[in-house]
Amino acid sequence: MAGSTVKSAYLRGLRDGAPFVLVVMPFSLLFGVVAMDAGLSLTEAMGFNVLVIAGASQFAAISQMNDNAPVLVVIATALAVNLRMAMYSAALVPHFGALPFWKRAVLAYLNVDQTYAASVLEFERRPEMSLDEKLGYFAGVATPIIPVWYTFAIVGALVGGAIPDAFALDFAMPITFLALIGPMLKSLAHVAAALTSIVAALALAFVPWGMGLLLAAACAMVVGAAVEGWMER
Amino acid sequence: MSYAPWQIWTVILALGAGTYLIRVSFLGLIGDRPMPPWLLRLLRYTPVAVIPGMVAPLVLFPAATGGEPDLARGMAAVVTLGLGLVTKNTLLAMAGGAATLYSLLFLVG
Repeated sequence: MAGSTVKSAYLRGLRDGAPFVLVVMPFSLLFGVVAMDAGLSLTEAMGFNVLVIAGASQFAAISQMNDNAPVLVVIATALAVNLRMAMYSAALVPHFGALPFWKRAVLAYLNVDQTYAASVLEFERRPEMSLDEKLGYFAGVATPIIPVWYTFAIVGALVGGAIPDAFALDFAMPITFLALIGPMLKSLAHVAAALTSIVAALALAFVPWGMGLLLAAACAMVVGAAVEGWMER
Repeated sequence: MSYAPWQIWTVILALGAGTYLIRVSFLGLIGDRPMPPWLLRLLRYTPVAVIPGMVAPLVLFPAATGGEPDLARGMAAVVTLGLGLVTKNTLLAMAGGAATLYSLLFLVG
């Protein structure tokens, strides 16, 4: 019976991951367009998509390179954008910490915004899931997303400037993230954390290298945890 | 842009390796050691602490308009967030947001 529940968890992940294709596709396409525009080769654009798989940081790198920033600054800026993933990594430990190392190593590679967000939401909703079911669910979410992320940059690079600005592909990422936030706001503590995050990130926008967002996130986590503690009292 | 191919590949490889190290940090190195309850409580708020702060400047100062607030993008953001809150359905929220964005871009330009 264990096998069939794992399979159904995988299928559930597949179902929950499939809609993200609609978002990952234009985002990857757009990266291909932007990378070509900046003067990268197709191989270099694919290098980013396969070795980094972190859209926001890839766009940050391209934008710094368009400004001819020193190589070290390009790397530092883009990495700072990704520091938030240390928190994703930590958040998955209670769910996947018991897996053998090689599985955790593969999981880490696939731990992108969408797989992380969908999984954490699902595991909170169904705390009774077993380790194998959770792994199945995570793999299910990754299955449609990752190949689309790889391949649509190629399409973007090839069709390049043919996509009119009217399609507003730039707004695909904000819409994805906003659509994820709504269902997350389940308690006063979550709302307080979200508001803190917004206010602090805007106030700390002057802090260089994406560190402002990290500081804002740290404040927001403390506020969320504090409000939760206060509500329990 | 004026980089030699080796410089571009330095960026790609360093960013790829660094990003992977960040992703594998806790999951790969700390493993299944029990974590203190206060840390778990903090982690419960990670997504909701990171994503709103990341998305707020993108909505308020969209790069596509040169950082000027934009009616179509602003309304799309409000509809996406509102639908997500009310329906708890991410896909529906995304569809509503995209429909709002395209309708307003078409109507208002």
